[in-house]
Amino acid sequence: MSGLYFDTPVILLDIDGSSKEEVLRMMAQNLVSNELVKQSFVEAVVQRENEYATGLPTGDIAVAIPHTDVEHVQRKAISVGILRDPVDFIVMGDDKETVPVKIVFMLAMDEAHSQLKLLQQLMQVFQDQNVLKELSSTSDKKQIKKMMEEKLEALSFKGGER
Amino acid sequence: MAKKQVLVACGAGVATSTVVNGAIEDMAKEHKLSVDLKQIKIAEVESYVDTADLLVTTATIKKEYPFPVINARSFLTGIGMEDTKQEILDELKK
Repeated sequence: MSGLYFDTPVILLDIDGSSKEEVLRMMAQNLVSNELVKQSFVEAVVQRENEYATGLPTGDIAVAIPHTDVEHVQRKAISVGILRDPVDFIVMGDDKETVPVKIVFMLAMDEAHSQLKLLQQLMQVFQDQNVLKELSSTSDKKQIKKMMEEKLEALSFKGGER
Repeated sequence: MAKKQVLVACGAGVATSTVVNGAIEDMAKEHKLSVDLKQIKIAEVESYVDTADLLVTTATIKKEYPFPVINARSFLTGIGMEDTKQEILDELKK
């Protein structure tokens, strides 16, 4: 099993999308292009977001964590998308309430019930507005990669065999 | 005290329920409570209707269940997490 993939090709800056769907499609299609997920992931992640929203009102800078079922994933990966202007996502666990999302963390997970540590560390990132502010104001993908690697231990495995 | 069956559910059963599951596991350990945790997809809740004591979820619940439902979004945002933990703890100690 290969490790988690996280590198500059899946870090997207200055995303110019007018709706959450557009943003989701852009990011998901990029995962397809990088051969990390199957083509079916794109529709699946859009549909899942409509069914079970993932917007998280984390503070001034809000995030969303779109993801979907494991069968659409080829290799587990995290894609980070910084939006030029925030786009409304429905709040997780809500019907109508929306939150203007600035950073999207698209998760491609290949096993159910796993990756606890990674996810917990990711939540730490969400819960720190300073980190989110820094991420969203950086215009250098390598810098974002470095920042995330410092926060997420799992990323330092560099995608090799574990 | 009978072991409580706690369902932890999200849409896909891969991400948010994993985080919530981990948090409840830690809580149960800390308070020496024995809990039967089931991490499931929200669509699977039906099959536990007769056995579950509590549902903790990040998804929207429109149905009525015979057990309490606690929203766990705060485990992800960190905002209001202590209140949610207390709420879960109160249910576990019932």
